[in-house]
Amino acid sequence: MTIPAPREDLKSDNDVPVPPDSTDGEGPGDVVLRLTDVVKTFPGVRALDGVQLEVRAGEVHCLLGQNGAGKSTLIKTLAGVHHADGGEITWLGEPFAPATPQAAMRAGIATIYQELDLVDDLSVAENAFLGHEDSRLGFTRRRSTAAKTREILSRLGHGEIPPRQAVRSLPAAGKQVVSMARALSHDARLIVMDEPSAVLAHDEVENLFRIIRELTAQGIAVIYISHRLEEIREIGDRVTVLKDGRTTAANLPARSTPTRDLVSRMTGRTIEYVFPPRRPAEQRDPLLVVDGLSRTGEFADASLTVAPGEIVGIAGLVGSGRSELLETIFGARRADSGTVTLDGKRITSVGSAVRKGMGMAPEERKSQALLLDEPVYKNMTLASFSTFAKAGFTDAGGERKAAERTAEALELRPRDVSRPIRTLSGGNQQKVVVGRWLLEDTKLLLLDEPTRGVDVGARAELYQVIHDLAERGVGVLLVSSEVPEVLGLADRVLVMREGRIIHEAPAGAIDEDAVLDMIMAGSLTTESILEGEPA
Amino acid sequence: MTTQTAPPEAPAKQERRKLDENTLRNLGLVGVLVLLIVVGIITKPDLYSDPTWVKNNFLTILQQASAIGVVTVGMTFVIIGGGIDLSVGAIIALAGVWATTLATQSYGAGGMIFTALVVGIAVGLVNGVLISYGKLVPFIATLAMLVAARGLAAQISAKQTQVSANDFINSLASERLLGIPLLVWILFLVVAAGWVLLNRTTFGRRTVAVGGNPEAARLAGINVKRHTLLLYALSGLCCGIAAIMLTSQATSAQAAMANLYELDAIAAAIIGGTLLSGGRGTIVGALFGVLVFSTITNLFAINNLSTEVQNMVKGAIIVLAVLIQQFRYKSLTQLFKR
Repeated sequence: MTIPAPREDLKSDNDVPVPPDSTDGEGPGDVVLRLTDVVKTFPGVRALDGVQLEVRAGEVHCLLGQNGAGKSTLIKTLAGVHHADGGEITWLGEPFAPATPQAAMRAGIATIYQELDLVDDLSVAENAFLGHEDSRLGFTRRRSTAAKTREILSRLGHGEIPPRQAVRSLPAAGKQVVSMARALSHDARLIVMDEPSAVLAHDEVENLFRIIRELTAQGIAVIYISHRLEEIREIGDRVTVLKDGRTTAANLPARSTPTRDLVSRMTGRTIEYVFPPRRPAEQRDPLLVVDGLSRTGEFADASLTVAPGEIVGIAGLVGSGRSELLETIFGARRADSGTVTLDGKRITSVGSAVRKGMGMAPEERKSQALLLDEPVYKNMTLASFSTFAKAGFTDAGGERKAAERTAEALELRPRDVSRPIRTLSGGNQQKVVVGRWLLEDTKLLLLDEPTRGVDVGARAELYQVIHDLAERGVGVLLVSSEVPEVLGLADRVLVMREGRIIHEAPAGAIDEDAVLDMIMAGSLTTESILEGEPA
Repeated sequence: MTTQTAPPEAPAKQERRKLDENTLRNLGLVGVLVLLIVVGIITKPDLYSDPTWVKNNFLTILQQASAIGVVTVGMTFVIIGGGIDLSVGAIIALAGVWATTLATQSYGAGGMIFTALVVGIAVGLVNGVLISYGKLVPFIATLAMLVAARGLAAQISAKQTQVSANDFINSLASERLLGIPLLVWILFLVVAAGWVLLNRTTFGRRTVAVGGNPEAARLAGINVKRHTLLLYALSGLCCGIAAIMLTSQATSAQAAMANLYELDAIAAAIIGGTLLSGGRGTIVGALFGVLVFSTITNLFAINNLSTEVQNMVKGAIIVLAVLIQQFRYKSLTQLFKR
């Protein structure tokens, strides 16, 4: 059993190379926002562990970091959704601790989340002024609201959007403009944008950049989050890099910092991932064969194989189509074209997948995998209780015993299988979801982000479980946004970007920087790596 | 201030869960029943001093509860499975009317019972198909059925009351076995079967899974659509049984029978602890819910009070029960907030 390396030795106070007040970036205005040593703890996780950030008026400040680096927690803290446990935030020279999202809005910080929070059936103007409607005696003043909205929209360069049109009928780019109009309706002086380009087509991104430039020209500061390095180079002024909840580099110039520097700031680890040693799997005929699988708008022409006892990892960002691919392989989504076969037999639905020996631990544990009010053992047997049953009558005793054996094998804590599963920690809940398929005669296990929200200790145990499964001859297809996890666990690595598998290599033949560079479409080595690859 | 990333020994503070929630709630409902009886004793001490009357009154309450109790069992399954069935009263009317047409009655008691059950199941299946495969919201689908089934019942009966001439059917309400009316036996049988079905069979397990987290159920290989379909068919079957029971009580059937049964059944299931959003509920609780309502009705009847007041009290009880549940649920979720 491997034990994760303790973090203390790596936590000497000054391993964060923050230039004290570097002015090498071309931040044009005064500092409006400053975060010093901000800490935010959730049970079992230090989501923010000493964040430094400095944003100036009129600049585009980019936040860079891998999934789980703490970007989301950070922007939610600024938006008043989370409250910092430690450190200092100053906004316009005053200490800043918004109690609610409304308070943050009133103070002039607007956040545009990736999934836009618009009311589809209200009009553009109503959405822009949602929550602070222009009204007299409780009656909305539609004409003046429309006029104000029109003014804001033309400020954004989109005077052509009619304020009275329903938001539902707008394309994604239009909805984003409405979100920005809402921010401006609050007189925002800082707009935080969480991956705004993720929902946009290529030519729409240019338009977004034009809007951002107009905003910054008016002295508004923008915090811009994106995984796409080329965007950061084009729109950004300065870059702050987060890793494991800490600032590892602050205020780097966005245009001139070498890609290699940015990537290494994101990857140099403080948490050691400990992976059990792995014997190379012997060559065997493939168990799972996926051939030319496509779903419009999600992924295209995906072909891959998994052999018994082999662990295949897919690296890719959220939105690269990896979860959709996994769910389609499992039969939970209908493929537009292409085939999935397990042991030579076609898989067309979840029912047939499960009957033929496929199991899946989905991405969203709580909403896709668990019955939170039910006891552990019933969650464990959710896919297999019929096989325990005799003539339709369930065998609770038999289920409980089998669940206890699995709990023992998985080192579930606490061991008691009668407790409601909602009382378990994330890591132990995940063990139950994986354990569900150990009770079945599972040949192939699909794991979607198996360690999301799982603390370091339980992570190592889950890695061990996955390895043990492979040793027993189970094929594993794994998806993770954490590149080291894919590299450390898998025998073979597939890299996915924008719905396509762009690279395949044995895990030993590729390193983290190269994978990261590929999934972020950076400029470092993409061309050389992709040479000779089918696009 | 460095935090040790100690292995998260799961919180031990929640060990105390000895009396589980359902038992507590059912005890609460028993308390309400006792309270209602005490009120009866206080307001009508002369009646309660006569043991024969007390026994007969008790059996009357049970007999009054029998048909609605059967419907509530089916409703409880549907709600636990994440749905709702607004059409139960209308299904009863349609099944009752269809079973008492002159043509059906000519086949005797067997033909009448068979017709009522088949009509109930068939209408339930239509509901289920619309909801599972037509992707209609249960509320809408069964609301439409509520209107349509009563319309068909009125059409078949030509808006007339159809008298049952079948002695066996009529005897169900009048005869007793071991001193207990046959209708009450039927209620007990259905409740017992419902309890076993929910707590001891794969069907029951699927019901909880489908209502508690349909996506998790689907990804575990459960056929959610087919199961949802079966749940509405089960509710329809219960309505068919109840149609025979009500026909026997009135020795007739008509298109207006079992009016507003859907509301009574939903209310009884809810105060019995069934979560309206699905995934949680008990048959025993639902039975107690029905008994509370029929005891109130009885209490008002022996005191010669108007049904208007009775309905106001019923409404208040529904609100109170749900408020208490919400309070309890809140405090529980706060306890589990990590």
